[in-house]
Amino acid sequence: MDMNSFSPMMPTSPLSMINQIKFEDEPDVKDLFITVDEPESHVTTIETFITYRIITKTSRGEFDSSEFEVRRRYQDFLWLKGKLEEAHPTLIIPPLPEKFIVKGMVERFNEDFIETRRKALHKFLNRIADHPTLTFNEDFKVFLTAQAWELSSHKKQGPGLLSRMGQTVRAVASSMRGVKSRPEEFMEMNTFIEMFSQKVNLIDKISQRIYKEEREYFDEMKEYGPIYILWSASEDDLVDILKDVSSCIDRCCKATEKRMAGLSEALLPVVHEYVLYSEMLMGVMKRRDQIQAELESRLEALTYKKADTDLLTEEIGKLEDKVECANNALKADWERWKLNMQNDLKSAFTDVAEENIHYYEQVSQTEEYLINLDSDLFLREDLDNNF
Amino acid sequence: MEQAPLDPERQLPPAPLEPLGRSDAGLEATGGEEAEGSRDAGSGVDTMTENNFWLKKIEISVSEAEKRTGRNAMNMQETYTAYLVETRSVEHADGQSVLTDSLWRRYSEFELLRNYLLVYYPHIVVPPLPEKRAEFVWHKLSADNMDPDFVERRRIGLENFLLRIASHPILCRDKIFYLFLTQAILTEILWSSQIGPTEFYYSADSRLKALNATFRVKNPDKRFTELKHYSDELQSVISHLLRVRARVADRLYGVYKVHGNYGRVFSEWSAIEKEMGDGLQSAGHHMDVYASSIDDILEDEEHYADQLKEYLFYAEALRAVCRKHELMQYDLEMAAQDLASKKQQCEELATGTVRTFSLKGMTTKLFGQEAPEQREARIKVLEEQINEGEQQLKSKNLEGREFVKNAWADIERFKEQKNRDLKEALISYAVMQISMCKKGIQVWTNAKECFSKM
Repeated sequence: MDMNSFSPMMPTSPLSMINQIKFEDEPDVKDLFITVDEPESHVTTIETFITYRIITKTSRGEFDSSEFEVRRRYQDFLWLKGKLEEAHPTLIIPPLPEKFIVKGMVERFNEDFIETRRKALHKFLNRIADHPTLTFNEDFKVFLTAQAWELSSHKKQGPGLLSRMGQTVRAVASSMRGVKSRPEEFMEMNTFIEMFSQKVNLIDKISQRIYKEEREYFDEMKEYGPIYILWSASEDDLVDILKDVSSCIDRCCKATEKRMAGLSEALLPVVHEYVLYSEMLMGVMKRRDQIQAELESRLEALTYKKADTDLLTEEIGKLEDKVECANNALKADWERWKLNMQNDLKSAFTDVAEENIHYYEQVSQTEEYLINLDSDLFLREDLDNNF
Repeated sequence: MEQAPLDPERQLPPAPLEPLGRSDAGLEATGGEEAEGSRDAGSGVDTMTENNFWLKKIEISVSEAEKRTGRNAMNMQETYTAYLVETRSVEHADGQSVLTDSLWRRYSEFELLRNYLLVYYPHIVVPPLPEKRAEFVWHKLSADNMDPDFVERRRIGLENFLLRIASHPILCRDKIFYLFLTQAILTEILWSSQIGPTEFYYSADSRLKALNATFRVKNPDKRFTELKHYSDELQSVISHLLRVRARVADRLYGVYKVHGNYGRVFSEWSAIEKEMGDGLQSAGHHMDVYASSIDDILEDEEHYADQLKEYLFYAEALRAVCRKHELMQYDLEMAAQDLASKKQQCEELATGTVRTFSLKGMTTKLFGQEAPEQREARIKVLEEQINEGEQQLKSKNLEGREFVKNAWADIERFKEQKNRDLKEALISYAVMQISMCKKGIQVWTNAKECFSKM
């Protein structure tokens, strides 16, 4: 069975699987399968933290083996994300779940929180695996395969502290200057991202609110059904119909629970991921702008003959290449991202609609059953006359 | 079901002595037809034969409500709502109806009518009025008596009240009920002149007192004790049900309305999307439809709540009948006790033995025996009182038994009515739910289609 990489658990709705295959421009044969599971608590003298088990199965040649099992903590994921952003500043890196949720005072070690995070981390790794460029990233490979001590030592490698600081300073300097003329297509992209971010944030809030309201409705309904049973205890003639009404309400409760679960699995995590994506996108735009700003500052220096012309020209040449690369990378990734976004949101909302239809079908079935049970012929005639 | 002894002053003479403003009438011709209605009520009593033209021949409706301002008893300006009570007589042959009476009444006048019925038909489970103030509201419903939705539901409740009376085999023939429908100027003065100036107030007052008094009855009819227990349970369970239902309605309202926010956001979002735009836009529209559909759904459910409320208030009426029985029983027991003690006194005087304590006995002991003549005189007085007492006890007994018999007959009638009505209410509640589900399926199917086109 084809494993849908975007779902933390299988199977997904057939609809989203079909859509997944349609829009995938990645290698036809999937050769990297990743799962994130088994959160475990670790206690040391300094701190307590959670690790997640990561299982990788692959047929790729560059991997030493075909199966790997490692344990990683949230910090490690953060590191990986940082490295990817560094290596590919204008690619759209998948978002990580937030460090912690301030609103709602969710504890770090709350079960629901951990489960939600686990699913998001699963999605994060699989999105990387499906990305045509990122999937071959060296740090990614190390993340998936290295033992704990190997990872630590690998982390310490890379450009020295001073040079990293130097890069940062230059980046900050050029970002403060700002970019002079953003190409048209990136202007459009920027506008889109701003609007999109606004809308998806609203949708996130609305969806959370709907979940909350459904929960409160469910809580009240749970109290409602038993009252009919209580009533039936003092009646003779009405016992049966009252009991039936009560069981209708109970089944309605169950259907509501299912609907809520559907919402929480199909829609909420998807919408939330795109909230994080929209933040990510703004970062990407900034980085692209920075690269362009660097070039512009060098060009300016050339115009005012501030430094050695030959050196500058060489630098400019490199930077022009860099800008062109960055822009192309972003353009390509943008198209891919948009397609995925449309697809993901479309299937999430379609699933929600499906859940709602199913919910109403369930409820009306139980009510119809009640009517058939409890109308005797006389009463049905009565109803026919009235309606 | 047997008829209560009809108080000729309370009851209208049999029709067609009072044609309702139409000279020709199917009224006389359909005498036989009408008798059918009364025969259902079961009677062997002549006075009921040509009567229930109330049942078949007239239609009562409370058709309008209007805000009025006027001056109240303390000469202060007040705003109130008046309701138009219309009575139509139905032409037998072609079913057409002609308006025969129409007048405006306010809620307090309905209250007067009901209080009157309570006092003069204590063995009847008197139909209740719709609530005076809105209770069991959920947030959208206003608790304001002037709110148009509340007024509308009250109008329906008042109409229902009158129809219940009109379809009650005994109450429908009440003279005051007739006047309520036909005589515009229905002040207390008018009523007093029909009944007797102080009688109404006295009875109402003493009844009120009695209802509040606590007393212990030694041998109540067990059926009434059970009935009182039942009416307490019914009241408690229906209140609880209505309270929780209101909360459920509130929550359901919330779920639906929040979806409306999708509509707005989808619409704004569709502006920046090329391929997804149309799908988003139309999906948003369906979310709006979904959100607004809850208003009608909950309006319908309010009708179910009103049906339950009627029986909540009926529980009160049931309790009143039980209370009346207790009162009568208590009265009877007190009278019997009194008689017994008088008999004993008499016996002691006659035989000269003093077993019971009496002041006279004590003083006699202290100050010497009384003269035989005095004793004879006292015995004679006591014997008269005993005689009177025995008569009274006999008639009270009779009264009590009559009451129990008649009250129980009406209670059986009420029980059947209640079972029928509540069954229907519950089934139509289920039908409402189904209709809500069908709407939901419709909307979400449309929305799903739009989503899949995105």
